Formats: sequence, structure tokens, C-alpha cells
Amino acid sequence: MSRLPLPVTVIGGYLGAGKTTLVNHLLRQAAGRRLAVLVNDFGALPIDAALIEGRDGEVLSLAGGCVCCSYGSDLVGALLDLPSRVLGIDHVLLETSGVALPGAVAATLSLLAGYRLDAVVVLADAETTATRATDLYMADTIVRQFAAADLVLLNKIDLASAAALDAARRTIAEAAPRARIVEVARSAAPIDVVLGMARAPAAPSVALSTPGHVDAATLYDWLRVEVPPGEDLAGLAERLVDPTLGILRAKGLLADRTGRPHALHIVGARWHLDDAPADARPGDLVAIGLRGRLDAAAVRRSLVKAST
Amino acid sequence: MTTTIYRARRILTMNPARPEATHVAVRDGRILGAGTAEELAGWGAATLDERFADKVLMPGLVEGHSHASEGTFWRYVYLGRFDRMDPEGKVWPGADSIDAVIAGMKRAEATLGGLDTPLTGWGLDPIYYGERRVTRRDFDAVSSARAIGVMHASGHILNVNSRALELAGLLRPGINHPGVPLGADGLPTGELKGPDAMTLVGHHVGFDREVLANDEPGLRRFARLCVRKGVTTATDLANLLPQDAVAMMLRVTGESTFPVRIVSLRRFQAMSPQEVVERAVELRRQSSDRLRLGAVKAFADGSIQGFSARLRWPGYYNGAPNGLWYTPPEVLREVYRHALEHDVLVHTHTNGDEATEMALDCLEAALKAAPSRDHRFTLQHCQLADAAQFRRMARLGMCVNLFPNHHFYWGDQHYATTVGPERAERMNACATALASGVPLAIHSDAPVTPLGPLFTAWCAVNRRTASGRTLGTHERISVADALRTITLGAAYTLKLDGEVGSIECGKRADFAVLNDDPLAIGAENLKDVGIWGTVQGGRVFAAGDA
Repeated sequence: MSRLPLPVTVIGGYLGAGKTTLVNHLLRQAAGRRLAVLVNDFGALPIDAALIEGRDGEVLSLAGGCVCCSYGSDLVGALLDLPSRVLGIDHVLLETSGVALPGAVAATLSLLAGYRLDAVVVLADAETTATRATDLYMADTIVRQFAAADLVLLNKIDLASAAALDAARRTIAEAAPRARIVEVARSAAPIDVVLGMARAPAAPSVALSTPGHVDAATLYDWLRVEVPPGEDLAGLAERLVDPTLGILRAKGLLADRTGRPHALHIVGARWHLDDAPADARPGDLVAIGLRGRLDAAAVRRSLVKAST
Repeated sequence: MTTTIYRARRILTMNPARPEATHVAVRDGRILGAGTAEELAGWGAATLDERFADKVLMPGLVEGHSHASEGTFWRYVYLGRFDRMDPEGKVWPGADSIDAVIAGMKRAEATLGGLDTPLTGWGLDPIYYGERRVTRRDFDAVSSARAIGVMHASGHILNVNSRALELAGLLRPGINHPGVPLGADGLPTGELKGPDAMTLVGHHVGFDREVLANDEPGLRRFARLCVRKGVTTATDLANLLPQDAVAMMLRVTGESTFPVRIVSLRRFQAMSPQEVVERAVELRRQSSDRLRLGAVKAFADGSIQGFSARLRWPGYYNGAPNGLWYTPPEVLREVYRHALEHDVLVHTHTNGDEATEMALDCLEAALKAAPSRDHRFTLQHCQLADAAQFRRMARLGMCVNLFPNHHFYWGDQHYATTVGPERAERMNACATALASGVPLAIHSDAPVTPLGPLFTAWCAVNRRTASGRTLGTHERISVADALRTITLGAAYTLKLDGEVGSIECGKRADFAVLNDDPLAIGAENLKDVGIWGTVQGGRVFAAGDA
């Protein structure tokens, strides 16, 4: 069996939105996941010094078997080279430049057989989003960045005034009607939300709890449901991405109508079906949402509808 | 200490104190003086060299925006619309139809060895062949077993055959990418637009990234081409300049027979503003006479014909969405500020007028933080700037290097599609730049268009497009202004005008040696001035020997 394509999370957002902080936050939560971080440049020391174990030219080796490479203007070249330069990677974080259009980067991934787009995550600085969205030069770029997002992390909510935060919410809602929005401080979004669960359908990892901040466990909720075999998986996925269900992230190991197991990945309105690992025992789906927004009853109803 | 006095039919000095002379005296690679034989006699014993007695001498031409990769591209098969001279002096005929392109490819294919060797071409420009796009089927007729790739003249599109798509894993349904158009069969047509799609297939068809980065034979061929075009100082405008490439360039340009001064700018990429300026300072210390380092090239936006340039309202004539920013203003401003603080020269690529405006804003802010009297920051291409922007450039002490060649090759497309008739007429506004007091250079951007400052001067003087339209009559400049622009003008933008760009006492003995007199041949014929070769640093280089 050929290797599954590597999932790639595209991390976009304008300068100062918190992309690098998010990357560092995810690296600290990696907990055994081997992440490859691709950054546009090493210029502003993108990685916390404490995480760096060594440097070999354009590759930084990081704690826990993770790596960081810069790609400059040759993203495709870096992606082509990555599998031969670094072995055993589980997930790629692709941090775009502040003016890049994450949607265009995502389209480029579709050309590369060894990768699949997992999600486009765009960060927004709650203090400046509304102003930037009317900037003489950058307005259309900012709006196009949001429009490509599956997940918007509205960041720095602890620093922004109520008025700025409110204006940022309106800007994003207008620019990215299909994106799920999560409000965070210091880019502290749980890894299971941003990158998906590593080992679902077990319970989400402890990473839901974010040290040093309001306990993430009080901000997020999750549930596990059993999915009987014989499901039309694409149809199920379409129902699960209905925004009224409140699912930010879900992962399931599910059997299709022929009994063959698949992995279903959901982030916001985007879903993807992979072949399941050979030893997978299908039947469960785990979903994460914001506390108070994840509608467990509606999720269960969407399953029931499936079997009728 | 030997002194050589060259007698010439006419010497155009660009020195207003004595614009013309018949003799020029050279010692130690520098000019003692230009004048009459009698005037030069006072310098002492000299050898009179008569070999240029029937030639016209000009200051060695300065190409202010080219890339040494022009030398590299000649390793591939030239398939452009217009005749083009290679570094060895062979003129490759232009192809006037797609059939002619295919025939050229078949001839080249027949000379290749095993099927593992790709057929690699460059210079393709299908806009001259009507509406029809070139597809993989066209190239499959040349070979379906060998990978084939041909770069467009713009450098922004690559056409490939089915085999190349197959090798890159792209001959499959389900591709959804704006740079990879699909045919009725749901498979890619073979046209690949933009760097991402091009890189993916490029290395299967011979466009090897490593070769392009550090190509010693290419640098030598570029230099030979310079001799053929009368160029004695040429820019290599956007090099990443890793240390191994610098070492190669220092060694090659240092050879006693290397005929050109290369000015290589460090491309701003994959570094912070502070780091790129530190690197520039470090590179400046490694400069030699024939390899000048220490300036920076930044990019604000993309290209107009690729619809990736940033335009102000009302945007593209055909309604295409606005283009892409390559560097945000916060970052460009920091590059400028650090560079001003360390006397590092920055040239900035701006194509659309919004990108130009942004660069002007950034420099204005940076100058407040780090005042500088003689920075000579230069906008490169700057094709769509309007009169108000030229006035701002003048006030901010900026230079501009415009792109009249582009006007010839793609002016018709700008007229019909990208910016529309009115703005197409103001593009590459050489006359406005001069009238506004903005120091002006003009360029080829070789290999995008052919190296040849006299051709570039012809474009600026006539503003003719490929279809024969005169586009923007009011922006034409005089032959005299154009000749000054391709010598002193370009030298000024590189801060080399004290050394080169005119034939006068103390400057480098750099001459373009011409068979015809560019002031007498007529504005219409400026591009046809015959070029014998060059003198560079007092060394004589005949094009025929190159």
C-alpha cells in the first residue's frame, strides 16, 4: 500500500497576526507528533530558541523529532525535497508570508501527489483587523486571505478593545462566511483543533488544556459517537459540516458500504476521506467544538438520518 | 607606463564640455583625455592605435537591468518570434507561426541522444500567433516519448508535452489550480502558469534550479553577448549570491580576458530586512573592479501581462482581479531604513502604479527616519507610473529604470487587454521622467527581452510596438537623450557615474566600438547600428573574437 499523502495545514494571516506564535505553540504541544514546519524565511527567528536542537543549512532540527525549513520563493521545491530530507514526518505546517494568499498556496498543494491540504488556518489580530481591512494597499489582500480560511483564529482578544474586537468579528464574518471562528489570546489554540486529532477516535489529547491560560477544557467541548458500518460516508460528511452542529474539528474511522475502513477528517466546512490505517477498527467519530456551541443532539441526529 | 591613443572617426563623449573628439588617450586602463591629437600630445610618449580609425566610439554601454541567466538560457533551444543573436554571434531566426516553432523543435529533437534527455526551449510567445493556445498535443507531435518543455518569453509560463506532465504526476484528472488550465478531457492542457506549477515540471524538462543558480559557463556566455552589444558594465539584478556563487563570479570576472564589469544585486528574499542589509555590507567588502556587490534588489509586485502587478483603481482593463504583493509595506520600509542607515543601494521592482505608490510611501517614511542626501534608490520597470508619481520620485531623490523593450514586445497586449489604450500610451514614460528631473535608465531585463542597449534606445526613441503602432507619441525621447540614458543614465543609478558612462579624463577606458554613427544613422535605424566590439578597462574585445 502506498503511503498516505502527508496532511498540510496552511497557516496564513497578515504580519503580526500571530502565525509564528501559533507555530511555536503547536510545536510545544506536539507530544510525539513529528511536525515539519515550512517558513517563508528564517529572518525573524521564527522558532523559540528553547525548541531548537541544531541547524544544518536550511533545516533546523527541533525537539521531539520536528524540523523547520525555510522555502524562500521556492515553495514547490521545498515540498518536493522535504520527504527525502526529513524522514518520518506526520504533518506539515506551512507558514505563509504575510502578503501571501493562502488559497493560492492551498491550490498549489493540489498539484503535489505526496500531500493533501488538511486546512487553511488564518490568524487575525483583533486589534488591527478592521483597520487593515480598509488599508489603502492591503485591504483586498486581507479580505482574500480570510476568504480562503477554513478556520480563523481571532487572536489577541486579551489586548483588543471591545470596539476593535467587535469590528474584527464583523470584518471576518463578512469576508469569510464559511469559516469557523475561534477567539484566542497569544495564538493559544489547541493542537487538536488546529491540526486535528492524532489518534482519534480516542479522547482528544490533553492539549485541549492550555497551560498558562484560561483552561482550554472550559472553552471547548467534545463528544464521541458510534457510527455503524454501511454508511454513505460522503453524505455523512456533508451533514456533519453543517455549521449549526458547531463542529470545529472531527475525525472518524468509519466503514463504508463495502465494509472498507476510511478515515474521515473534518475541519469546519472542509472534509476529506483517506484510506484508514491497515489495523484500524472502524466505528467511532470524535468531534470537537466550542463549549456551548457543539450541539451533541444535532450531531447524533445527523447520524440517525444516515441510516434511514 | 604605456599610453595608447586611439584615433576614431568620431568619439561621442557624453561630456558636455567637449561632446565630440577624434582621439582618446588611455593609460592603465583609464582615460587620460579625449580631444584632438595635439591636445593629447602633452601627456607624453604614446602609441597611436589606428584600428578604430573608421569606427565611432561611445562610452561603454551600461545595461542597468539584466540577468546573467541570459547566458544560461542559450544552452536551450531558442524558439522566439523574433530573430535573436546568441553569444557566439549566430542569429537564430524568429518563428512566425506555431508550425514554425514546432519545426524548430523537431530539428532540435533530431540532434538529441537518449530519450532521458529532455528537449528544452525558451522564448516562446504565442500571443503573436493569434488566439490559439499551445497545448501538449502540439509538442507531442515533436516527441511523445521525450519530456519537452518550452519557457515563454515572459518567463511566467511554461508549455510542456504529455510526457513531461506524466513525469511530474500531473497527467491526471481532478487538478484544480489556476495555473494549470484543463482541456475538454479534464486533463492539463500542458500550459503551466506561475512559479509553482512551473517548478513542479521544470526539473523534468531541463530547467534545473541548481544550474540556474550558479552557472559558470552561463556567466562567460553572458559576457560574450555583452561584447557583441557594446556593453562594458552589466547588471545581474536579482541574484541570491550564496558564497559559492560569489567565489565563482569573483574568479571568473577576475580573469584577465573577462570583458565586462558585472554589478550583481542581492535579491531580498528569505532574510529579514536587517539581515539583507548586513549581507549587502558584507558583499560590498568583497567587490572587485569587475564584480561590484553590495546593493539590494527588492520586489513589490508581479508583472502586468501576468496580471500579478498591483494596479491602482480602476485596475485591469479586462477586469482581472488585482495582482499580488511580494513584499508588504512594513517590510519594504524597514529594508529602506536599514539600507539608508548603511549606505546600501536598493533597487525595487514595481510594475503596477499601486506598487510604485507603495514604494514611494515607504521611501518617504524611511527618509524621515534615516535622512540621506544621495541614496539613488531606483524603481525598476515602474512601467505604469503617472506624471504625479514621477514628480514624487524627483522630490524623494529617486531614480527610475524604465522598460521600453517591453513596450515593443507587449505594448499591443497592454493596449488591448491589460491596461487599455489610455494607460498603455503612458507606460514607460521616458519623456515625463526626464521632464520631471528623475534620473533615467532604460533596460532589456534580459533574458526576458534581448540584451542590447542600442535596441532599447531605439524602443525609447520610437515607441513602436510589434504590430507597428506608435504607442504614446508624446513619451518619445531624442536620440541624444537615449544615448545618454544607456551610458551615464544607467551608470548613475548604480552609483558608477563617477567611474564610467562618459569618455573623459580619469574615467575607466570603457568604450562601445561602433561601425555606424548613432547620431547620423537616423532615429528609425538606431537599432541597426553595427557593433564592432568593446574596449573595457583599456582592453580591446572584438565581437568577432568572442
